[in-house]
Amino acid sequence: MTTDFGVVPDLTPEQEHESGAPALEAASERRAARRGFLVALPSFAYLVIFFAIPLVIVLVYSFATRNPRGITELRDWNVEAYRALAEPLLRSVLVRTLVLALLTTVICLALSYPFAYYMATRDSEVVRTLLLIGVMIPFWSNFLVRTYVIRVLLSSSGPLSEASQSIGLGEVDIAFSNAAVLIGLVYGFLPFMILPLYAALERIDWNLVEAARDLYASGWKAFRRVVWPLSRPGVVAGCILVFVPSFGAYVTSDILGGAKNPLFGNYIVNQFLQARDWPAGAAVSVVILAVMLIGTLVYFRTGGRTL
Amino acid sequence: MGELTETPGRADDAEVPRPVESVRLESVTKRFDTVIAVDSVGLSIGEGEFFSLLGPSGCGKTTTLRMIAGLEFPTEGSIRIHGEEMGLRPPNKRPVNTVFQNYALFPHMSVAQNVSFGLEMRKVAKAERTQRVAQAIALVQLTGMENRKPAALSGGQQQRVALARALVNRPRVLLLDEPLGALDLKLRQEMQSELKALQQQVGLTFVYVTHDQEEALTMSDRIGVMNQGHLLQVGPPEEIYEQPLTRFVADFIGRTNLLDATVESAEIVCLANGDRLPAASGLPAGAKVSVSLRPERLAVRPRDSVSPDMLALEGEVDRVTYMGNAVVYGVKVGWMTIEVRQENEPGTVRHEVGDEVSVTWVPEAMSLVVA
Ligand SMILES: Nc1ncnc2c1ncn2[C@@H]1O[C@H](COP(=O)(O)OP(=O)(O)OP(=O)(O)O)[C@@H](O)[C@H]1O
Ligand SMILES: [Mg+2]
Repeated sequence: MTTDFGVVPDLTPEQEHESGAPALEAASERRAARRGFLVALPSFAYLVIFFAIPLVIVLVYSFATRNPRGITELRDWNVEAYRALAEPLLRSVLVRTLVLALLTTVICLALSYPFAYYMATRDSEVVRTLLLIGVMIPFWSNFLVRTYVIRVLLSSSGPLSEASQSIGLGEVDIAFSNAAVLIGLVYGFLPFMILPLYAALERIDWNLVEAARDLYASGWKAFRRVVWPLSRPGVVAGCILVFVPSFGAYVTSDILGGAKNPLFGNYIVNQFLQARDWPAGAAVSVVILAVMLIGTLVYFRTGGRTL
Repeated sequence: MGELTETPGRADDAEVPRPVESVRLESVTKRFDTVIAVDSVGLSIGEGEFFSLLGPSGCGKTTTLRMIAGLEFPTEGSIRIHGEEMGLRPPNKRPVNTVFQNYALFPHMSVAQNVSFGLEMRKVAKAERTQRVAQAIALVQLTGMENRKPAALSGGQQQRVALARALVNRPRVLLLDEPLGALDLKLRQEMQSELKALQQQVGLTFVYVTHDQEEALTMSDRIGVMNQGHLLQVGPPEEIYEQPLTRFVADFIGRTNLLDATVESAEIVCLANGDRLPAASGLPAGAKVSVSLRPERLAVRPRDSVSPDMLALEGEVDRVTYMGNAVVYGVKVGWMTIEVRQENEPGTVRHEVGDEVSVTWVPEAMSLVVA
């Protein structure tokens, strides 16, 4: 069957036997898919080389053997390293990490939502842009330096402590504590919560709020039933973007928590650099990864269905 | 605007056709920074009335409606609904519901959830809610689509959901902001008659905003014509069409020829070419007015067939437009071209470009407008 179109599509002989339109459509779809693949190829290559391969290496090492001299050998595959995860020490590290990461996420959300809401509801483009730049300014300086500054701020000789002493409230000394780590984590990851929230809130059609108010909703009810559900994609994205890195945080707790309050991240670094127990470090990494992956999948599944 | 217009800022009680007043605006003004969106509007809408606010884009229709809904508060003036002063009462505490210009359906809720929203907010019991939602959905003929999301509906279906979502609350006043604006012509006409039937069936007060004069004429009990924040004229469709008070109203509603004229005496106006026409204006001599002549009220005839007692202007056919059911002539009468619409009936004489003709009309076809 031939087509009536002026332009003859470059069909293969067997396609020409099929009915005109569907064959054309299929051919054009295939071509579009091929083009899309070519465009995405560099990113694929990058992800495979620098993400997938290292992950496989970590996975392989977690099953490797550590010989008596502390050298990891890629033979005698075993699950010893995973068994060690049940030890009480590691379990307490896990609990502390989990609690801190959850607290960080919740606090970030509580701090960010009103701010993002405020940003998204400004009429003036200039004000929005200025606020957005304000959020991003910290990104422009070194994270390590900023974390040290927080340590100074929180130390017993820091400005906070001095201020509190000068008004007679006594010394503030929260450096090297869980609280300090929490403050540091919240500070470090706040923008990761604000930006997706802002993006989600900014897209909301505010006529919907008026419609809700017109349908007898109070301001709070309109928020609960309309704004909040519509901003959920931003909330989910922000929570994942904050929870995941806080769960693996290392620098912050190293600088602000000191040696007595290690997090999972610090434990892993210790296994690799000090204890030289690569399989143990790798196993913990794999477990964290698996937990993250499952958590993210579940969150997206449930989130995706109710949105 | 002269004394022919309704006194701004005062609701004209004599014009209320219904015994019970539903919505009343008194000297309502709304300013946004420097813009005066609504300028001392006075209005009284009766219970069960289909009232349309008609005017060009940006004239303040939406703003007026939003003030009634409580989504915006007047800078000055007062709004009463069923006699109750609304003041700064928030929208959720007002006995009105709105069908928004863009529908504003909740995208994350199904049709049924959208419709039941208002009832939930007012804590109507679940059993009653379910029943009323089903009823409202049936009323707008969307049964079977309860579980769809708005994104999976056509424009006309979305419009019906918006309507059901408002109607289910049984408001005494329904505010509609160009509810059919986004629909194509055929669907719009269908929905117009459905809406009108629904309004009569349920007996609601409709405040209906539109910039489509035909829509306003066919659906309304009364029309309020707005321009640049002013309410220029309020009246039944026939009155608005037949007796426009201002040049703007005459021009905006339907097509018309506006002939500049000067008042000569209580009974006579004088056209630009010196012709005198009998027209009672009640205005002082020397006042500038316009004579409004609807194209379909005029006739084109050969000059020799004009008798001296006819009102007529001599001219030359300048263009002829064949429109199927009618022929529209442009007749040049010296200082302007007059449009004449002749129904295409069997036996009508067709004139050609260049023909020397007269445009004639009867006195009742004329209306005098100011400004
Ligand atoms: N929030 C606002 N801030 C500033 N000016 C406004 C605001 N809302 C409306 N206006 C102005 O008030 C005037 C009336 O607007 P309104 O929306 O009532 O017009 P409308 O008659 O509904 O027009 P349309 O037919 O285009 O919907 C316009 O000049 C508009 O620019
Ligand atoms: Mg409008």
